[in-house]
Amino acid sequence: MEILLNSGYTLVIIAAVVGLFMAWGIGANDVANAMGTSVGSKALTIKQAIIIAMVFEFAGAYLAGGEVTSTIRKGIIDASFFIDSPELLVFGMISALFAAATWLLIASALGWPVSTTHSIVGAIVGFAAVGVSPDAVEWSKVGGIVGSWVITPLISGVIAFIIFNSAQKLIFDTDKPLQQAKRWVPLYMFLAGFVLALVTIKKGLKHIDLHIGTADGFIYAVITAVIVAIIGKVFINRLKFDESAALKTHYANVEKVFAVLMIVTACCMAFAHGSNDVANAIGPLAAVVSIVDNGGQIAAKSAIAWWILPLGGFGIVAGLAIFGHKVMATIGQGITHLTPSRGFAAELAAACTVVIASGAGLPISTTQTLVGAVLGVGMARGIAAINLGVVRNIVVSWVITLPIGAGLSILFFWMMQAVFT
Amino acid sequence: MARNSIIGVFAKSPIKPLEKHIKLVVKCSNQLIPFFTACYEQNWSEAAKVRRKLSKLEQDADSLKRQLRLELPGGLFMPVDRADLLELLTQQDKIANRAKDIAGRVLGRKLEIPASLQEQFSKYLARCIDATEKAAEAINELDDLLETGFRGREVVLVEKMINQLDEIEDDTDDMQIILRKDLLALERELNPVDVMFLYQIIDWVGDLADLAERVGARLEILLARK
Repeated sequence: MEILLNSGYTLVIIAAVVGLFMAWGIGANDVANAMGTSVGSKALTIKQAIIIAMVFEFAGAYLAGGEVTSTIRKGIIDASFFIDSPELLVFGMISALFAAATWLLIASALGWPVSTTHSIVGAIVGFAAVGVSPDAVEWSKVGGIVGSWVITPLISGVIAFIIFNSAQKLIFDTDKPLQQAKRWVPLYMFLAGFVLALVTIKKGLKHIDLHIGTADGFIYAVITAVIVAIIGKVFINRLKFDESAALKTHYANVEKVFAVLMIVTACCMAFAHGSNDVANAIGPLAAVVSIVDNGGQIAAKSAIAWWILPLGGFGIVAGLAIFGHKVMATIGQGITHLTPSRGFAAELAAACTVVIASGAGLPISTTQTLVGAVLGVGMARGIAAINLGVVRNIVVSWVITLPIGAGLSILFFWMMQAVFT
Repeated sequence: MARNSIIGVFAKSPIKPLEKHIKLVVKCSNQLIPFFTACYEQNWSEAAKVRRKLSKLEQDADSLKRQLRLELPGGLFMPVDRADLLELLTQQDKIANRAKDIAGRVLGRKLEIPASLQEQFSKYLARCIDATEKAAEAINELDDLLETGFRGREVVLVEKMINQLDEIEDDTDDMQIILRKDLLALERELNPVDVMFLYQIIDWVGDLADLAERVGARLEILLARK
């Protein structure tokens, strides 16, 4: 108890610094996965991708990151267990941050795929279950989160399959694919805009003290989506098509229309990623701040301090600005037969799934959701070759990340206890 | 880094190399036209030059084939069956091999095509090469097939091409029968050993169309599997 009163602000600053570092790491490393398909299919240049990522990652983190942050802050651990010793929760949260950040650093250096979501959840469960008591963990909630890691890639795979097949029916398998593309692509833009706007309005904005009613929210979402579709339509109309290419096949020109769509879905992807992954960096920080601010009281109902979400957003953007270019460049080189029409289906499905999970407060892995979506398009026979070895690596990485995150966080937890008491 | 990032999930597409391979194969078998022109004129040094060019193209096709095989390891998830794809590649490659055999055999024996058969033979050769070109045209639709998820109109289009290919092959069969008959009439005036080899060359040129048809058949199987 005393430790919180005496060195509360030191602890907050430590947590803020590590949280910021973590956000920075997410920006430097993880965002490349979210933007990879857009850059890979040449719909965006690296520079454009980074600018889009900066704007929409921040927007996603700030406008829609609150729900997942709350889950990380207080959904995994049974707070009532810490009423008599809130300092343990503070130590634990800081240890979890240290653990996840360390693992992110090591894995990045070794070039392993890493899920920040899995490491932070593993770390929080680890310190609580081993460092404190197995009863301190809300196992049912943890079960739900882990279950969502299996289900979300599945769901996004199914959505991607449906979206891709719908595009085939409406656009590719027709007499005039180019005209059909011009007609239907704005609809996909509408869909993307609608899902994002709706989740943000209904679930995200309350964390920044904006309350909008259900009906109003619905109307605003539709308006936003229509605006997105109209802007998209304008850009499509301004496209120049190569008539000589159209004689041989319409698809080269059709893909140009999809490239415009892919800019929209790339924005969605960055937004979705920001909304879900910012919590990995600042969820524990939010927990520390709320305990210290309340003088050791573990307030169940308190809101997230106003400066935390923007701090996380800022960290992500900073990471992007400093290292994003380098990471994106590696992605830009390994280019394959990935056309915008496939990339869009995968991105739109993943972005919708992630942003809905964000609204539901579920911390999920953006990369895995995207991999699920890519497999969905593959099932629809849309991708020339998917490397199952890499898919397996990504799956294995989350299985390994959990115990490592937990182990590291237990170590840091014991160290902090030794230092501060 | 890229190896394990999301982009690593997208493996290298076998479709472009496959299209490139058949382009090489067609270019290779096309060399037979200048080759036989040189043979008619008994310009054997020119024929040797064309054969070297042909042989070089065959080697290029061979190395592309090997490279493609290496790039198609088992752990790939593809819209078409891997075994079918490799079988298709093997069939494509056989066309180039056959073209090289023909040039090699003719040049090695300095085999003369009887003047009265030359016109008919040239037409026959051109028609057989037509078949390989048609096969290449069908293979070149693979990237559009990928765009449409291997179904719908694009499949119908490719099936039409394969039918045309079959018709060309039928043509070459008819032409072969006439050519053999004409050769039979000439047999007595020619060296018996040369006659044997002439029959063989006629056979082998026909193989070009047969193999092209088989490429079409493999492509059809590839499309029908899933």
